[in-house]
Amino acid sequence: MEKLILPDIKGLQSISVYEGIGGYTAIKKALKMTPNEIIDEVKKSNLRGRGGACFPTGLKWSFMPQNTDKPKYLCVNGDESEPASFKDRQIFEFNPHQLIEGTLIAAYALGVKISYIYIRGEYLSWIEMLQKAIDEAYEKNYIGKNIFNSNFSTDIYIHRGAGAYICGEESSLMNSIEGLRPYPRNKPPFPAQNGLWGCPTTINNVETITNIPVIINKGGEWFSKIGAEKHPGTLLYGVSGNVNKPGVYELPTGTLLTDIIYKYAGGVKGDKKIKMIIPGGTSMPPIRGDEIENLKMDAESLKSVGSAIGTAGIVVIDETVDIIKILTRITKFYWHESCGQCTPCREGTGWMLKILERIERGEGVSSDLDLLVEIANNIEGNTVCALGDAAAWPVKFTIKKFRKEIEERIYKSC
Amino acid sequence: MINEEELLKIENIKRKYPDSKAALMPVLYLFQEKYGFISVDSIKEISQLLNISEVDIKGVVSFYEMFHEKPKGKYIVQVCTNISCMLCNSENILKAVEKKLGIKCGETTKDNLFTLEEVECLGSCGTAPVISINNRYYENMTEEKINSLFDNLK
Repeated sequence: MEKLILPDIKGLQSISVYEGIGGYTAIKKALKMTPNEIIDEVKKSNLRGRGGACFPTGLKWSFMPQNTDKPKYLCVNGDESEPASFKDRQIFEFNPHQLIEGTLIAAYALGVKISYIYIRGEYLSWIEMLQKAIDEAYEKNYIGKNIFNSNFSTDIYIHRGAGAYICGEESSLMNSIEGLRPYPRNKPPFPAQNGLWGCPTTINNVETITNIPVIINKGGEWFSKIGAEKHPGTLLYGVSGNVNKPGVYELPTGTLLTDIIYKYAGGVKGDKKIKMIIPGGTSMPPIRGDEIENLKMDAESLKSVGSAIGTAGIVVIDETVDIIKILTRITKFYWHESCGQCTPCREGTGWMLKILERIERGEGVSSDLDLLVEIANNIEGNTVCALGDAAAWPVKFTIKKFRKEIEERIYKSC
Repeated sequence: MINEEELLKIENIKRKYPDSKAALMPVLYLFQEKYGFISVDSIKEISQLLNISEVDIKGVVSFYEMFHEKPKGKYIVQVCTNISCMLCNSENILKAVEKKLGIKCGETTKDNLFTLEEVECLGSCGTAPVISINNRYYENMTEEKINSLFDNLK
């Protein structure tokens, strides 16, 4: 299977190697198209956002107003802070120029003069790698004034985060760039109308943008036929936890979860049974080990087991692991990262953590599970941003899927 | 006080944004690199440089994990304990680092060389467990590797 995002080519970080395999031909082609033709091509591809929400990219682009006097902005989201997600850093490290080329095409299609690539502060090494690639592209005048001798000028800057999960949320990310305390904003207004500095703004994930040069070169229709029909393309599946060969594997959407774990990630360590899978970062509802047979990894298929693809960061958890220990650690994360703006999230995550720690210590009582679900239900949907939901779902759905096991654990310690 | 070369750097940072207030985070990094932390005096100076009120700067500094208002050790040692690392023995890695440095999480060694912190997911789940030292990652960490890692740093 052809790899679209991370081809097995050594030295692809260097602009000459990237150009040697046809790099920067898509932007040249795009510059001869009209912005609307590009947006139509992306719509035809059915590309959906790779940051977790799976929103159709072409549709998102079409929300940007065309007749406006205001400057427009593009933010490329590389905050990558959802636990178990480690895919965007592979792009910064192994194929930065395709990300730059995708950013240029998006900027041209959207009429953007400045793009900000937002990268989490901890990724200092990867910021340096991408900056090196950006510098190379500036030197060749692929970024900057009148790129490729066209009349289109555009700049790309990296904005370094500083260790806050919430900044991966698009409105928080914009406040972070503006130099404000990065609380998420209420929506509406949406970024396409009122984004950075009150101007039209589009925010796309790093992996999403890296797909764009392929779509322009090979066509939206070609792309739409890869993988799962309603969620086409490839995904960078990041496999971690109790497996023999953890890592990022680029495979088509709709690949069998069992193939990813057993054929690519080398199976479970010590040949143990799988107790639980988290399919797309820790906020996604978990899947039980007995549900994974014939389960395909794409947005639609995961609905059948009550979960979602998220960032495609797959955590494999074997039969010996204590579910409560996992859930407590996940909840501690969301409690720590809650920005404190909304009461249900700020207080609720702390309450859930206290109850879970009590259960972990063996001091749980039988009413604790209903109490946890009640708190989770009162957080979900009652906050400005989705962090509240991200904190509520693991609690709610882990209890739903593993209630008997957790009850037995509480009962044993009574 | 910052020097002319740094002032030039700040001017270049400002050029990346239509509003100079947006230069705040990169400028905070510049000050932190120079002084090791963001002091009250630095906040005053940045306030004048970027025309942002001191209280707004304080609001930004206090929000982010990576800006600190008090000095830390020369090496900031961070051990990830989120679930992918947890499933790969991070608890014992953390204990081994505590033993090696003779301090607990959140503490700094008496010689001000090391500050130890337990942190959230660093995005090294495929190469877990991970330790970050001054934002450089040491991946696939084992208890055996810890001794040589720290001996090389002193």
